[in-house]
Amino acid sequence: MLRKADLRSTAVQKDWHLPAGSSSGSAHHMNTELFVLTYGALVAQLCKDLQNDEDINKELDNMGYNIGVRLIEDFLAHSDVRRCHSFYETVDVISKVAFKMYLGVVPNVICKDPAGDEYSLLLERNPLVNFLEDLPDNHSSLWYSNLLCGILRGALKMVNLATDVCFVQDRLKGDKETEIQIKFLRKLEGSKLMGHK
Amino acid sequence: TLPFPMADEVLFEFLHMEMITYVYKSLGQDDQSRNNLSKESYGTNTAARDENRVTLTLEHGKCISVLEGMGFRVGQGLIERYTKDTPSFKDDLDVMKFMCKDFWTHLFRKQIDNLRTNHQGTYVLQDNRFRLLTQISGGKQYLEEAPKFLAYTCGLMRGALSNLGVTCAVTAEISVIPACKFQVVIQRT
Repeated sequence: MLRKADLRSTAVQKDWHLPAGSSSGSAHHMNTELFVLTYGALVAQLCKDLQNDEDINKELDNMGYNIGVRLIEDFLAHSDVRRCHSFYETVDVISKVAFKMYLGVVPNVICKDPAGDEYSLLLERNPLVNFLEDLPDNHSSLWYSNLLCGILRGALKMVNLATDVCFVQDRLKGDKETEIQIKFLRKLEGSKLMGHK
Repeated sequence: TLPFPMADEVLFEFLHMEMITYVYKSLGQDDQSRNNLSKESYGTNTAARDENRVTLTLEHGKCISVLEGMGFRVGQGLIERYTKDTPSFKDDLDVMKFMCKDFWTHLFRKQIDNLRTNHQGTYVLQDNRFRLLTQISGGKQYLEEAPKFLAYTCGLMRGALSNLGVTCAVTAEISVIPACKFQVVIQRT
């Protein structure tokens, strides 16, 4: 699969302010255990309740969405990001600030589409699977971390961006990478929290 | 030492809420299903009405039980990581003090505010500002619903204690939101 060059090397380097109280490079100090283990218990419960992987993926996405529409307020309140002027900037903020802030990792951003509407986040390390070796048996189509897609979709909706967010690869499934695809669809009406120019 | 406050607390709080909503929905105990069942409870057929009311209560109990069960397994997992470098405990009181200080701090970045015991195996842990209740308003209508916000944490405690060699029952009650009390009754074999 041909990859576009990592845009970070050519685009303007932005210094997004990290929230006061967070130290760069201290990802390993983050206490995500409670969240990660709770998430694991939730996925296990979903596997018990729902037989179909499609249904589980959908449920995780919905739950993520409900979280995202509220998480965005917390994010905007605790980070120092200014208004983004392009979708690329938005994705850059997601990777460098949001992922860093909440999960302690910074995924790589690659551009999938020259028109600039489609990006991928590549997670070198996915904290959600820290204590997991394999997918649960008989759930080979499960996107284990699908909650993340819903969160992104919900959060972006609240800043007036309709997007399509989904996993396209997952190392847990045996793929080479763990890749989340974010596609910009359209701007939405209404001021909600923070408009885009 | 207190770990650095991090944004992932919020992530857990939101996940916790969604988990509760999901469990209730999956057991047909979400608001819409309950409203439908409630309406049938006010019919003229007494037997059917009573049965529906019992169903409502039992199903609510099932939800609590599912949440508590999830907490139990996670509590077992967490305590293993939290006690890697701790020496063994002298007695039950020692264990409970650990729960009140270290365990609670790991989970909620604060300690239990008050610990009481009858020295006969019952402990009451009071948190005056329980983090998982701070987002809920204190209106009367929520008090009835309140147990569902505590079930998972009760499970966390029961699971953690179980791995520390303490078999117990953990229940919780809310005095005034956001204050609540967890009661641990140690079972002697």
